[in-house]
Amino acid sequence: MSVRLLLLGTAWCVFPFPLPASPVPQDTTAGRAVYEKWCAGCHSETGAGDGPAAPYMLPRPRDFTGAIFKIRTTASGQLPSDADFMRAIDLGLPGTAMPGWKDRLTDRERRDVMAYIKTYSAFFADTTQRPTPLEFGKAPGGGTSAEALRIGRLFYDSLACRKCHGDAGRGDGPSAPTLHDDADFPIFAADLTQNWRFRGGGTVEDIYHRLRTGIDATPMPSFSDLIDQKVLTEEELWRLAQYARSLSPERPPEVRDVIHAAQLAQPVPVSPHDSAWSRVERYWFPLVGQVIHKPRWFTPAVSGVWVQAVHDGQSLALRVSWDDRSRSPDSAWLEHTGRVLASVASDDSTPQEPALWPDRLVVQFPVALLEGPQAMERPYFLMGSATQPVYQWRWTSGPIEDTLGAAGLARGIERFDPLVDATLRAQAVYDQGQWRVVFTRSLATVDTSNQLQFRAGRAISVAFFAWDGSNGETGPRMAVSSWYFLSLDTPTPPRVFVSPVLAMMVTLGLGWMVVRRAQRRAR
Amino acid sequence: MRTHRMGVTLVAGLVVLCMGEREKNGTAQTAASGSAGAGDVAAQAGATITGKVKFTGARPVMAKIDMSDEPVCKGKYQAPPTKEDVVVSPNGMLANVFVYVKAGLPATYKAPAATAPVVLDQDGCRYKPHVFGILVGQTMSIKNSDGIAHNIKAKGVKNRPFNISQPTTMTTPRTFSAPEVMVALECNVHGWMKAYAAVLPHTFSAVSGADGSFKISGLPPGTYTIEAWHERYGAQTATVTVTGAETKTNDFTFAAR
Repeated sequence: MSVRLLLLGTAWCVFPFPLPASPVPQDTTAGRAVYEKWCAGCHSETGAGDGPAAPYMLPRPRDFTGAIFKIRTTASGQLPSDADFMRAIDLGLPGTAMPGWKDRLTDRERRDVMAYIKTYSAFFADTTQRPTPLEFGKAPGGGTSAEALRIGRLFYDSLACRKCHGDAGRGDGPSAPTLHDDADFPIFAADLTQNWRFRGGGTVEDIYHRLRTGIDATPMPSFSDLIDQKVLTEEELWRLAQYARSLSPERPPEVRDVIHAAQLAQPVPVSPHDSAWSRVERYWFPLVGQVIHKPRWFTPAVSGVWVQAVHDGQSLALRVSWDDRSRSPDSAWLEHTGRVLASVASDDSTPQEPALWPDRLVVQFPVALLEGPQAMERPYFLMGSATQPVYQWRWTSGPIEDTLGAAGLARGIERFDPLVDATLRAQAVYDQGQWRVVFTRSLATVDTSNQLQFRAGRAISVAFFAWDGSNGETGPRMAVSSWYFLSLDTPTPPRVFVSPVLAMMVTLGLGWMVVRRAQRRAR
Repeated sequence: MRTHRMGVTLVAGLVVLCMGEREKNGTAQTAASGSAGAGDVAAQAGATITGKVKFTGARPVMAKIDMSDEPVCKGKYQAPPTKEDVVVSPNGMLANVFVYVKAGLPATYKAPAATAPVVLDQDGCRYKPHVFGILVGQTMSIKNSDGIAHNIKAKGVKNRPFNISQPTTMTTPRTFSAPEVMVALECNVHGWMKAYAAVLPHTFSAVSGADGSFKISGLPPGTYTIEAWHERYGAQTATVTVTGAETKTNDFTFAAR
């Protein structure tokens, strides 16, 4: 008997079989400790979402006392299910300040904090609420086929998605300027071309769930009633979700360190419209708020820039595109500008009055390509310093023609000295929520001391800055990137391929001669 | 003898029918004159509180609404419509003030069951009515007369919120489960569209008309706290005691800020 027990015990250690499960405990006392350590900084001790960090964020942290939640599988207006709650805690909400806690807190800690958060609203104890996940079914196949996308687009138009999300999905629709959340904070309609920033996830299923449940406390409605009232079918709503998904790339863009500018046989394209750009590889660089130099900026609207570069041996053309919901300056967005400035904590001693600021872009380089041990030393990324200036190309949106480009030296954020530069040209176009600016300049210029001389075969440091004027961004209130690299590539010379072959032939030939001689001697 | 009795029965029947007709007409009249609330529930007996809401001070100028992005709605107006946050008549009377019994109903009072829905219409990209009362559990029929896409967001705090889409001519029913003054309603496609629903456990409420007048009828005898609520100028209360079938007057005055 004891031998059998011993064997069983050993077996269990090697192959643990599940013991009967005890109910998962949710301990609000333990949860409170977790909450106060990790959550209260944003969500506040009262759960109202106005913790010390909250004034620096848009969107604001959730107010748990109202029990109104954005990302759910339950119907519009309903409480979240426990699974919905845990999803928000585990994965966070992309594009917001809410991180995922799955790898930071234990399973037990996360359940306990959920239990504690529920105590902030009587709705969770109200047994008449009964949050029930909707029945979603499965996505119909063939979602990427031309016919499926055509149907999806039909509903994108008939359900008036374009009113907020715009015709190309970038959030620039006619109703976009007046959007606000339930607490009257400014809010953006999602840029459907950046699904990695969707609060509830960017898959087709995630999108479909949002269409069915709506996003509570925001302008995004639920479309479930339309299915119940037979205005549309589940399949049609799935097609809409598949269409919306198709507006974003297959995978979130990878950030690569080096922009490769291929050498063209013909002159570089100077216009953003030029079809040649569709054959040029593009590189994504994320931008973040400028939080170093006062007045700091915590809520930039431009999340990143796409960069393409080509040269023809004589000139360099750099095309920068970025999503911007407003073509600033635009008086239709002035109310939004005021809302943003009133909502976000600032370093200004007196609150900023909203004004019609333009959109801007700056591309930044070092002034010269250094040699030797200093070669990899780069100027201060935040627009250089008094002793080490940076060379910048600056573009500003104009009221009529968007071709205001200037080159100059910056010595810190506050000082910019324009240069007389006949060779820098800038052309811009604003197309359905996206700016595209092309800078062109000859590789070499007459002024060699103040202007960077571009050369092939070198890693040239480059950085980007962007402003969305309608979002209250001007001066130091901007979005910034860190230093990356630009490399002007030259076509690979034929000798690169011929030399190894020649070397092989010579080696083989010599080797054969040696073997032949040795064989003759042996005879 | 038999013909005579038949004649009397016929006449009696006619009289009863006519009375029924008159009753129905009476109800329709009550519904039209300033007293919003539960459909066709007519309380003919009881006391009445009536009054006018005055506005003092400089009348705020309401901005014009730019409906260029919605031609279907724009086309319904001869002159560009203005926002309706503050509607003051030329002789200083304030409209859209919601006046209701806040306290004082006897504990035995039970609200009548609502037999008809309250219709909230979206017409010309505006909500009609702008302010209204509705019983707990009464159906609100959200109607889209414009035929273009609207969303209807209800920002309840005591009631669970909702946000639904109506892309075409259609009607969607909704109810509220808890008393709440006010549940704000808005459309996000058309940022100027706002309405206010007062969810009450009773039908004793009214909305002041363009001439500032309101009338709450059918009150059981008692001492009531009545509240006058305006979306910009806040709320004021007054105490009114009524008995029998008397009519008492209580005016309100809101001052410009």
